[in-house]
Amino acid sequence: MSTATRHKLEMLRTLPSDAARQIQWSFADRYELQMLVQSVRAVARGPVARLVAQGGRNTHEWTPAKAEMLEAFDQSGITAVFMDPEQGGFIAGPRNLALALVAFELAWVDGGAATASLAGCLALAPIHERGTPEQQDRYMKLAAPPQPGEDRKPWRGAFCLTEPIPYVGVDTGMLDGKIRIVEWKPGEEPILQVEKRGRFITNIGFANFVTAAVDSGDDRIKGSCMVILEEGDPGIFDRGTATKKMVHQLSSTGDPIFNLRVPASRIVGGYDIKDGVLVPRYSHSEVIEAVFRRTRVTVGVMTAAKLLSAVEPVIRYQRGRFRGAATATPGSVRYEMGLQAREDALHRLVDVWATGEASASLAFAAARAFDELDPLEREADRIIAERGVSGTRAKAKFLRQVSDEAASLLRLMPGDPRREKLQSDTLMRFVTLDSLADILCPAAKLWNTGWGAQMMREAVSLMGGYGITEDCPGFLGNKWMDAQLEATYEGPEAVQRRQLSVTMTNPVFLAQLRNWIREMRGIASERPGTGACTLATAMTMWLWTLERLQHSTDSDGGKLYQSARQGVTFPLADALCWLLAARCQILDVLELDRRGAQDSSVAEGLSGLVNFLTDLCHVQTARAGGEAARICAELVFGYNRHPAWDEEGYRGCYQQDELDALEGFVPGIAACATDVIAGDGSHPSKAGPCAKCNGAEQFLTLHSKLATCLTGSRLAKDRAAEAVSKLMIPEVLDYPA
Amino acid sequence: MSNGYHIVVCGSVVPDPLQTLEPIETPAGPALKNEMLLPAVLDPWAAHALYEAANLAAHAAGSKVWLVSLGARAKLRQVMMTIAQKVSFELVPIDGPASGFIDAHATAALLAEAIQSITGLDRSRLLLFGGWESASRGAGVTMQLIGERLGILDQFQGVDQLTMQPDGAFEILERIEGGRHQVSLCQGPPALFGWATGNLPEPRNNPQIGMANMRAIMPALQRAKTVAPAPDALRYRSASPPKQQRQTRIVKNLSAEEIAREIVAWIEKA
Ligand SMILES: Cc1cc2nc3c(=O)[nH]c(=O)nc-3n(C[C@H](O)[C@H](O)[C@H](O)COP(=O)(O)OP(=O)(O)OC[C@H]3O[C@@H](n4cnc5c(N)ncnc54)[C@H](O)[C@@H]3O)c2cc1C
Repeated sequence: MSTATRHKLEMLRTLPSDAARQIQWSFADRYELQMLVQSVRAVARGPVARLVAQGGRNTHEWTPAKAEMLEAFDQSGITAVFMDPEQGGFIAGPRNLALALVAFELAWVDGGAATASLAGCLALAPIHERGTPEQQDRYMKLAAPPQPGEDRKPWRGAFCLTEPIPYVGVDTGMLDGKIRIVEWKPGEEPILQVEKRGRFITNIGFANFVTAAVDSGDDRIKGSCMVILEEGDPGIFDRGTATKKMVHQLSSTGDPIFNLRVPASRIVGGYDIKDGVLVPRYSHSEVIEAVFRRTRVTVGVMTAAKLLSAVEPVIRYQRGRFRGAATATPGSVRYEMGLQAREDALHRLVDVWATGEASASLAFAAARAFDELDPLEREADRIIAERGVSGTRAKAKFLRQVSDEAASLLRLMPGDPRREKLQSDTLMRFVTLDSLADILCPAAKLWNTGWGAQMMREAVSLMGGYGITEDCPGFLGNKWMDAQLEATYEGPEAVQRRQLSVTMTNPVFLAQLRNWIREMRGIASERPGTGACTLATAMTMWLWTLERLQHSTDSDGGKLYQSARQGVTFPLADALCWLLAARCQILDVLELDRRGAQDSSVAEGLSGLVNFLTDLCHVQTARAGGEAARICAELVFGYNRHPAWDEEGYRGCYQQDELDALEGFVPGIAACATDVIAGDGSHPSKAGPCAKCNGAEQFLTLHSKLATCLTGSRLAKDRAAEAVSKLMIPEVLDYPA
Repeated sequence: MSNGYHIVVCGSVVPDPLQTLEPIETPAGPALKNEMLLPAVLDPWAAHALYEAANLAAHAAGSKVWLVSLGARAKLRQVMMTIAQKVSFELVPIDGPASGFIDAHATAALLAEAIQSITGLDRSRLLLFGGWESASRGAGVTMQLIGERLGILDQFQGVDQLTMQPDGAFEILERIEGGRHQVSLCQGPPALFGWATGNLPEPRNNPQIGMANMRAIMPALQRAKTVAPAPDALRYRSASPPKQQRQTRIVKNLSAEEIAREIVAWIEKA
């Protein structure tokens, strides 16, 4: 009996438990992460929630109450997550998933709290990723929270890239911040003067150190770098005025001004002296690329958390909506179900929930990918160095060769023994995973925050007027507005789309995507209810469209797939994100089904939970397929000029008398012809002769196939809606409003 | 006391009090609806006992704390993710039923047996801690029964404070009627204390303590003996949640003076 049949009758009984989430998001075997979740949750739903409920967000300034929140972070282990055990942390190894879980729990209550915590990590990240051992040792230890019995205030950091207009945003060009050499005694370390102005810099209200992006303003310094500034350095360390932001008010933001004298040893990653010129080992963009690659994932997690956090308050609101009215007596539909007696209210909540599931799955998949990638990247670097390859260009060339081989191995049929190398060879594994991380990170940042913000609005609207008041349980109004910042900082959506439009054409990624089509069909044959087949068809369509756009032109002969043509590349990137998120969602549900029975606290309600989550997958794949189809169709046909009622257009039409004659030979032909020119030369009343498909027949076949693939998806939505109306929720929310 | 105490705390998990707790009938007797699926917490009374135990151990060098828990392994595991970060202890888990419908005699027998099998436990230094009742069912007898089985005669219930005396004796404050305490002196271990709330706040999470505790807790959970509910133990004729009792009068437009006068009259009557 297939699993799908086995689960048939069971309904969802409660909200998904921690134990179920641990399995879905793959940390059931990691107790340190489970403890972390509990610790962070206690802070989020305790002091952070109380601060928000007491109006802590109603000021732009950095207040003592907000500062207390940071102390709560220190005491509960949140601050130490970023550090290695020998630096005062408690989690060994890569910590991308750990940081993602911190962001998830904090943002469940307040995005600004999450930002306040993550900005400290962002400040340290350049040092963590590219700093010298001495820099890592110094700043990690200073930033580590004091151990019990230790009397020390931990240092806090800020990351300063963005500059006042017209200079740099997260797009890393056009830096105005400058470094110059002011003193360089023979045999001694050069002393630098750093001038930098920042805009919208998080944590600046209290930061003790700043990692700042600067460019050379001196012939004796080559290129740009990141440099560490400290509060006590000689010169100006002006925190500037607080930004009057309307979001994330529990974090501190401002426009600082720095003009400081620092030793050259503060250049992140160090420097070399070549021919009397100071050459930083890493340009600022190299550092930033390594940093944002990881930190953007946690931003994507934040919006996902908010969507999932909205489910319980919305259900409670809907159910209790009419209680207390004279006509809503206990036992009546009005009393027991409230707004949940209305189909639309349930369906929209199902949409919010499905988006939350998909975005959480996507972002956690990205975080796990980086956990796997971190050691692999170091190992790959070691191997490359061992083979004597050095210099950025030589390294890129070398990796391109490895990638070519990986792509061709990935194209082999499953079971081909040559594929084994993809697993056994470190470099193969590295380029494969790297190509995936290059997709997952921008996708999680872009789709989760952008589409998440839209769906957060939907969640707010489900609470009616209450949704846009400060009293709304779950702070949903704040969460909606906050989502816009998540879509903006660390690179607005355009930056993520730009990155995707490059990385999604990597042959190593595309070969994996092709394999996923097979994977999804396989899953669908076991679990038709997931909608995996729809997704496979949508992926096929997306690939077809990419190839078509890469090799075709618009009606004026202009190349379609190229970086300047954002109208082509950006929507296609959006379409891909929908598909990626839906795939991750399905894989997580399968993992839960596979492993849930091993945990007795999950096993009991497993069938109902898996059934429900499967229905959410179906809802989501239908939506994802629809979005992809809409975008792809627009791109495939939208750049062809529509035939007009001109000479050329007429050439493709039947003349009425010609058709009358043909009718004699082919009875019925006249009824099939659409574009017929009457004897007086008049044409049908429409835009022009109907457009032809111009070699896109295969696309149209896929398009109509995709439409029929949607069969059953609304039944899944109806089932999910029924489950939402029946599941048991707690008596009250576990944090104040 | 130079060698410190051996403090054994008995405590298990109960459903998170924010959840809807709805009794239902199952073939095996009454149960709470979806109990296995709902989040659980350490029984608050037992939690007070645990924090008091850790505090006492911290002030008596050489002391050690054990937490003996009978509960579903998966639930115990989840609750440990929080509790293990608060204070240092060694977990002695027994994988079995722990709902409010389990016979306190059967539970006490299992717990007493588990305590007796703790290697290195020195009875002459033993302080047995627990809650004076439980949030799952306030029968308030389990600790007494364990004490009887272990032959511990000095038993105190509703304890709010335990103070060490210079001679090794304890001064104990037990709750009695009227919001007052009874003060007793006890010569020293072995003794049993059923805690009320004590005086300590909930310790904040410390991940370093958690990491240290977990190294022993995880294997202990894996090794935990699984026990089935005793057959033919208690039978329940019916089960229902306690009725909400409200003695409220809704009066509008009463002046502050009138309200104050009513309150004073009520106090005087009491
Ligand atoms: C509350 C807050 C906290 C912040 N914290 C920090 C911090 O700690 N450190 C820090 O360095 N910065 C920080 N920032 C800055 C943030 O990263 C930038 O605001 C963000 O990256 C966008 O840059 P910008 O504001 O200059 O927008 P712009 O770059 O002007 O972008 C505006 C819009 O222009 C379009 N656009 C821009 N570039 C392109 C392109 N290449 N192609 C197509 N369209 C494009 C897009 O529509 C984009 O959304 C913070 C910002 C805020 C609001």
